[in-house]
Amino acid sequence: MPALLKSLCITALFFSFVSIANVIHSERSLYRNITVEDQGDIRCLKFHTKQQKSQQSCIYKSNPEQLVFSYTKLLLSALLLNSAPKSIVVIGLGGGTLSNTLHQLLPDANITNVELDGAVTKVARQYFDYFENQQIKTITQDGRIFVKRATLKKQRYDLIILDAFNGDYIPEHLMTVEFLQEIKQILTNDGVLAANTFSASTLYTHESATYQYVFGDFYNVRGDLFSNRIIIAQNKDINASNAAMTLHKNSKLLHKILSRFDVDSEKLRRMMKIEHDWPKNTRLLTDQYSPVNLLSRQ
Amino acid sequence: MTNKFIYLLAFCSGFCIMGIELLGGRILAPYFGSSIHIWGSIITVFMLSLSIGYLLGGKLSTSPVSLKRYGVIFIVAGIAILPIVYFAQPLMEIIFIHIEDSRYGSLLASIALFFIPTLFLGMLSPYSVRLLTTHQDHSGNVAGKLYFISTLGSAFGTIVTSFYLVLYFDLNNIVFSFSATLILLGFTAYFQRYSITALTQ
Repeated sequence: MPALLKSLCITALFFSFVSIANVIHSERSLYRNITVEDQGDIRCLKFHTKQQKSQQSCIYKSNPEQLVFSYTKLLLSALLLNSAPKSIVVIGLGGGTLSNTLHQLLPDANITNVELDGAVTKVARQYFDYFENQQIKTITQDGRIFVKRATLKKQRYDLIILDAFNGDYIPEHLMTVEFLQEIKQILTNDGVLAANTFSASTLYTHESATYQYVFGDFYNVRGDLFSNRIIIAQNKDINASNAAMTLHKNSKLLHKILSRFDVDSEKLRRMMKIEHDWPKNTRLLTDQYSPVNLLSRQ
Repeated sequence: MTNKFIYLLAFCSGFCIMGIELLGGRILAPYFGSSIHIWGSIITVFMLSLSIGYLLGGKLSTSPVSLKRYGVIFIVAGIAILPIVYFAQPLMEIIFIHIEDSRYGSLLASIALFFIPTLFLGMLSPYSVRLLTTHQDHSGNVAGKLYFISTLGSAFGTIVTSFYLVLYFDLNNIVFSFSATLILLGFTAYFQRYSITALTQ
């Protein structure tokens, strides 16, 4: 009987996925075609190219607090290294889900969302309940320029999240050694960088080598379902003796509040792995060499 | 023989112009981002410098023409490309610090890096037309053929650079190779012993 029930559930789930998507907003911005689609209870922001449609951000309409994508949950593993960041930068707004979640988790934190495309910000406000106030600002600017200007102004942030995608992959000037060195300069001593990347394609090895070169060892956090790979890096050595203790402590500390978002902090902690699964002689991505879009197709 | 050589040179200059223009976006991105106005700046500067180059090249072709002078333009263009390799970083750094608006920053950076070399490369087209024209009645035909070859070179320069060169080489190495090619071709032209015939009416 339970088996039958299970198969019924799976069938129901399947049909809920194939149910027809309802396009409720569609526009052509300076950079891309943006579509907002409703499919049952799920609302998604999509960037279109002819070849592919990529889902940038999704919410449950009935329960916007609950996170749809596993990668959004995985990004929160950054909090296990620094449980109370006061200043946060998110590069790549999407639907603003991440900003909303972080604000609910950390009501006192200042959050700066950097988004290149003003049209995306408008859509996030209108259709995804993207929330702004005194503490939550949106800056319409290229992420690289924002970071470079921040280095000049000697600004520092406790948490930097890289989540910029152009519908194809991460923009190539946001993946280089030079960019990561700039990021490193604007991280506080206890600051954490969390970058959302994919684990498929040969780009994985180049990306890993580049992050390792700038930050030393970093954590890989991988979910199998969408093959996202989150990189969690810090200014300080994550192999230090007290690092594991910090993770344990923060995992316990955050367990209750994270469960509100259907995130299991213990599970996250166990998923954080220091890996070296790329060839030693892998070529680094630099401002001189970053054929990112070509490599991601190989 | 001379004609084929001049067409080859025109092909290569077309190749280099578009190769550099394409890399321009990548060169500027670390300082000025990848917004649409970056391409606005780059294309504006290339069009502007080419247009002035055409004008100056045409003017120069009214005085006695020679392969020597033609070669010198190639050599100067090749040398004018080198600052992109050696001074782009500090130059863009200074512009980035002084100009907040990335539109004008990228425009100024494009002018500083690309204006001079593209101007000299632009001079080559009308000068090539004059070198190839032996009879006034054929001038249109020669111009058509010349633009066919040099624009074909531009098309190749665009696709080869964006599809393959960036996949294997550093930006600076690619730009340096363009410069070396132009200088080498310039010297080859300079030491050619063919003389250019005066125009027959």
